[in-house]
Amino acid sequence: MEAVASHDEHAGPHARGLVRWITTTNHKDIGTLYLCFSLVMFFIAGFFAMLIRAELFEPGARLFSPALYNQFVTMHGLMMIFGVIMPAFVGFANWQIPLMIGAPDMAFPRMNNWSFWLLPFAALLMIGEFFVPGGAAATGWTMYPPLSVEMGPGMDMTIFAIHILGISSIMGAINIITTILNLRAPGMTLMKMPLFVWTWLITAYLLVAVMPVLAGAVTMVLADRHFGTHFFNAAGGGDPIMFQHIFWFFGHPEVYIMILPAFGIISEIIPTFSRKPLFGYASMVYATASIATLSFVVWGHHMFTVGFPASGQLFFMYATMLIAVPTGVKIFNWVATMWRGSLSFETPMLFAIGFVLMFTIGGFSGLVLAVTPVDIQLHGTYYVVAHFHYVLFSGAAMAIMAGIYYWLPKWTGHMYDETLGKWHFWLTTIFFNLTFFPMHFLGLAGMPRRVADYALQYTTLNQVVSIAAFGLGLSQLIFLYAIVKCIRGGVPAGDRPWEGATSLEWTLPSPPPYHTFETEPVIS
Amino acid sequence: MNAVHTPQRYYLAPPSYWPIMGSVALFTLVSGFALLINGVAAGAYVMVAGALILAAMLVGWFGTVIAENQKGLFNKRVDLSFRWGMSWFIFSEVMFFAAFFGALFYIRNLALPMLGEGQTMRLLWPHFVPAWPTAGPGLAQRFTPMQAWGIPAVNTLVLLSSGATVTWAHWGLKRNNRLQLIVGLALTVLLGASFLGLQAHEYWNAYHHLGLSLGAGVYGATFFLLTGFHGAHVTVGTIMLIVILVRAVKGHFDPEHHFGFEAVTWYWHFVDVVWLLLFIFVYWL
Repeated sequence: MEAVASHDEHAGPHARGLVRWITTTNHKDIGTLYLCFSLVMFFIAGFFAMLIRAELFEPGARLFSPALYNQFVTMHGLMMIFGVIMPAFVGFANWQIPLMIGAPDMAFPRMNNWSFWLLPFAALLMIGEFFVPGGAAATGWTMYPPLSVEMGPGMDMTIFAIHILGISSIMGAINIITTILNLRAPGMTLMKMPLFVWTWLITAYLLVAVMPVLAGAVTMVLADRHFGTHFFNAAGGGDPIMFQHIFWFFGHPEVYIMILPAFGIISEIIPTFSRKPLFGYASMVYATASIATLSFVVWGHHMFTVGFPASGQLFFMYATMLIAVPTGVKIFNWVATMWRGSLSFETPMLFAIGFVLMFTIGGFSGLVLAVTPVDIQLHGTYYVVAHFHYVLFSGAAMAIMAGIYYWLPKWTGHMYDETLGKWHFWLTTIFFNLTFFPMHFLGLAGMPRRVADYALQYTTLNQVVSIAAFGLGLSQLIFLYAIVKCIRGGVPAGDRPWEGATSLEWTLPSPPPYHTFETEPVIS
Repeated sequence: MNAVHTPQRYYLAPPSYWPIMGSVALFTLVSGFALLINGVAAGAYVMVAGALILAAMLVGWFGTVIAENQKGLFNKRVDLSFRWGMSWFIFSEVMFFAAFFGALFYIRNLALPMLGEGQTMRLLWPHFVPAWPTAGPGLAQRFTPMQAWGIPAVNTLVLLSSGATVTWAHWGLKRNNRLQLIVGLALTVLLGASFLGLQAHEYWNAYHHLGLSLGAGVYGATFFLLTGFHGAHVTVGTIMLIVILVRAVKGHFDPEHHFGFEAVTWYWHFVDVVWLLLFIFVYWL
């Protein structure tokens, strides 16, 4: 029984200090690394947002050159997507999936470590772009040619960062799929899995399917830049619009990669604080799968203005609208879960309810944008900026915040400060809406996005937006303080701080032992 | 958690330095590449350093896994994890090639016809005939497209035979016939290497006699990126086959436990199928 000996070997004390974090194969350590990385990047990318809003406080492009402004916009987008939201969700997956399905760890612990440790190097490449000739990529996160073919060396670094991030995401996704399919405890059938696990299974499938497509797209840009190819140049028979097709074939599933795990987190929190089981569990699973399937056939709605034939416009318009059906199923299920529940409003629940309300606003503005003739008017305006911040900030980011407050007691063993949490929620919600709701009006009035300057008539609303944005940014310092305070100490959380919580992780001590399930739990 | 141990069910990997080494390697590799393509010749050395670290990491990491496997630390569940992992990895590779095939189909069926119609096109390039293969309306470069029924057809035969020999080797392994296993694998490696040799000759021919280069418009771009990435995969596959051959000689496999072998055959069949699609859509039609 060599296996027994070797087992005892690594169940023993683990390495200390930096070596522990660099060499760890433990899903909890790696989850913590992902979440800390995401938090750091949140403040870096958020700082870029503050710079953007400072520039837009007054018309006239006074603070930065338009080129530098565009670099801030690009890096704000790329870092928030690939450095904040995606790593945060993978952090949740690492911590929670093994605990929730009764697995000892992730299926490939070393590859798990690699998936994380690629990220800081990709971030280094992206931050380094500001220090090379020509500065960082200034194309917007979508990297459309011909601009991306013309840019300086910063674009190459973006492309390589994306390759590295893609490798990381694909390995992470394969790990998650394998863990869920192969390491569930006896009795944990697929349809008994917590919804968070289900949403991640489907998200991971999307990641494996589309990250390689993004890698292909940026590789073609790289080839056009340096190896003399003409993929995106009509003179050589290529087509710049082709990049948009390939990019958005990745890009639209990517949108759901950033929101499905949020749905999963919300589907854990709302039942807990409603003290009722989730309404319509099976329909939630099917709705998630439907959204994922549809996400592959709607990419054209990002490019209604490129000159599609009417048949193409109609197809993408109706396919996009169809997504409102499974999404609506989810919204109604969350509301029905709360219906006649015995609700309480701790911070995670506040964020979850805020999510349901504000994500729905983002969903509705998405429906507006799906209507082709309307989109042709609104394309490239602040209406689009308002829309995707409602789904990505009040959607994805606030779901992440909800999840942090919900599981921090489990991870640290301490309760967070409820007063701080409530202040964080209310300030975030108020400033968020003051920041992004006026953008709908700015967009409807025709203010273009990704431009460092604007016409005089947009000044007042932009000043409101900028002041609110600074408030939103500063409110996140409360979040940081609440997290640090909770890690350093607080009221002991006990195994199950939330009386309504039923999933497997709440049967474990808080914090759970370094290696959780050395023996298999049996799910009845 | 001191209840009854069931360690035969769970294997926990010890801490490892291989991943951080891999990250440093990739970072060094791409930094060198970025320097090189932006005119800093020394970038090539940085790149080579990155590639060497990467190679050392891969040897070390796979070596660790193989050693663990030889010690009998893995069980059925770990085996199944490897199977899921390899399947999804191959799926991700399918999607990578899908991006380039998608580009090819889009150019041939949508972009090219559009390039030949409309007032703008008539004004800009009145003499352009939108027919495949093309180097586009605005390039002076003239080229001869690659013919399907020469070396590419031979290469198709070579790769299809290699699929057969690797399966024959697998039969040998399952019947515990070591000679058949080793001969089958060696033949497969030879066929893979022949494919690569012929492909290299074809590229040389394209550049020196056909005027067909990366810069030969969108035909050259799709041709070289599709066949080039395929060739890179065949190279990796051949290296994998060589590793498996060495392991077979060392006696690492038995008729029941040989997932390492199977994973490589899956990968090999995958590059085989990609080649068939390439032969049909890039060379032939």
